[in-house]
This record gives sequence, C-alpha cells and structure tokens, in this order.
Amino acid sequence: MTQDLRCEEVIDKLLEYLDRELDRETEDALAQHMETCRACFSRAEFERRLRARVRETGKARAPESLRQRVHAIMERY
Amino acid sequence: MTGDKGNEIWRQSARAFFQAEVERLMDRLYGTALRLTGNRSDAEDLVADSLAKAWNRLSGLQDRQAFEKWVFRILINGFISDCRRQKTRPCEVGADREGEFSLFEKLHQPFLLWWGTPEQELLDKLLRADIENALDALPEEFRLAVVMVELWGLSYAETAEMLDVPVGTVRSRISRGRSLLQSALWHQAREAGLLKGEAKGTAG
Ligand SMILES: [Zn+2]
Repeated sequence: MTQDLRCEEVIDKLLEYLDRELDRETEDALAQHMETCRACFSRAEFERRLRARVRETGKARAPESLRQRVHAIMERY
Repeated sequence: MTGDKGNEIWRQSARAFFQAEVERLMDRLYGTALRLTGNRSDAEDLVADSLAKAWNRLSGLQDRQAFEKWVFRILINGFISDCRRQKTRPCEVGADREGEFSLFEKLHQPFLLWWGTPEQELLDKLLRADIENALDALPEEFRLAVVMVELWGLSYAETAEMLDVPVGTVRSRISRGRSLLQSALWHQAREAGLLKGEAKGTAG
C-alpha cells in the first residue's frame, strides 16, 4: 500500500532515500515513483554518482613511514 | 604458567588479527584522516595515534566483526579532541543559513535528450582534487558529518551517537554539508571554465 508522491516530495526526501534512512513504506513509494519518472530517476542517478566520487576521496595510499610507525607501535606493547 | 601460555596464544592471534585488519583499512583510515585534518603530517599522526590506542585496547573489543567501526570511532574521537586542543581549525561553526544548493538543479536541462546531460558531463570532468578541495573547505561540523555518513556509510543514528548530538542535528548537518559541497563544486567548475554556456567568473 503506497501513496502516490509528487516530484517535489521525492526530491525533498531523495538524500535520505539514498542514505537508506527512510521507513520502509516511504522508501518503497520513492522507488516506485522513480520507476516511472525520468526526472527524479536522473536526479537520483546524478546524486549517486557524485557520492561515489566523494567517497573515493576518503581513500588514499598510506605512506610507508606510517606503516612503519604502526609496526613499531605493535612491537612496543 | 598456563595463564602465561594462554596470554601468549591470545597475543599471537590478536596480533595476526590486528595486522590483517590494519592492512585492509589503512588506506581508508589515512584517506579519512587526510580529509579531516587537511594535511599529510597531521593525518599520519592521527592514524598512528588512533591505531596505537586501538592496539592497546584490543582486548576490550568484544566483537571483532565490529573492528572497523570501533577503530573509526577512535579516529573520530582523536580528531575531535585534537582539534579542540589545538584550535588551529575551528571545530564548531555557526550554521549560516543560505538556501539549499543543488548542482543538479543548476545544470540539468530537462529538454535535452538523455545522452546530452550537462550534469553528467561535469561529473566526468571533475578531478579528484576538485572534490577534495571542496570537501576540505567545508566547515568542520559539516565535513565531519559528510565523512561519517558518506565516506564511512554510518547511519544518522550511529553518527549522532558518536558525536553525541541528536539525530536531527546530524540530518541537518549532512544536508547542509552536501549543499555547501555542491555549491563549492559549482563555483570551482565555473572558475575552471568547465561549464558550457557559463562565462568564466560571471557572477550569479
Ligand atoms: Zn518525479
């Protein structure tokens, strides 16, 4: 049992939807809306791709000096 | 004697476990620390200090499946207390409310066909350094929320618990953080002349 949503309501909840922070019923309603609404679907795709790019910046090759420090710490205790 | 032996066995298994986990998570921890502190030497110190604490406290970790979030929590706490001590970068910033900003709304042209999408093109043109700069420029509290939710996939509730703030605060910080991030990307892209039909440096 899902109610029909307007695009504005979908956009309003989109980020929480992508964060999986909505209750099940609202989540289903958004998913259903996006199956038939290209505008909201494209927007969700865009936000997803941007997020993936942002997430990449949270990973960086740790320098050898840091790896050595960690080994030294484990030897000490 | 048996106690010592048991201890030694525990130590060996703990060491193997810790080493494997650290190896697996090292680049993420360092990357996260880099985003939080904004420079390599502080990032290195933060990760080394956090892992020293984690190693010392490992016997207190009941569930080894939870290692990842546990060590992340140590890193976040270390960062927050360092930054309160040093005050080189402000930890708390009053949220100035300007409107929500959406890159998609700025760029999307609904009358173009699906393969001509300026917003997707911009994503392709943005360099990792552009995104790093935009993220690094965010005020502390928003950057923390974005790092925790977006980079580590924590739920709002987990983030709220770690930061000791209400869930509603996390919700508004993450939303504001993303809006500021998109606004920064937009301005950078415009400065770099990446936006079609937008004169370089025009106001608006
Ligand atoms: Zn729609």
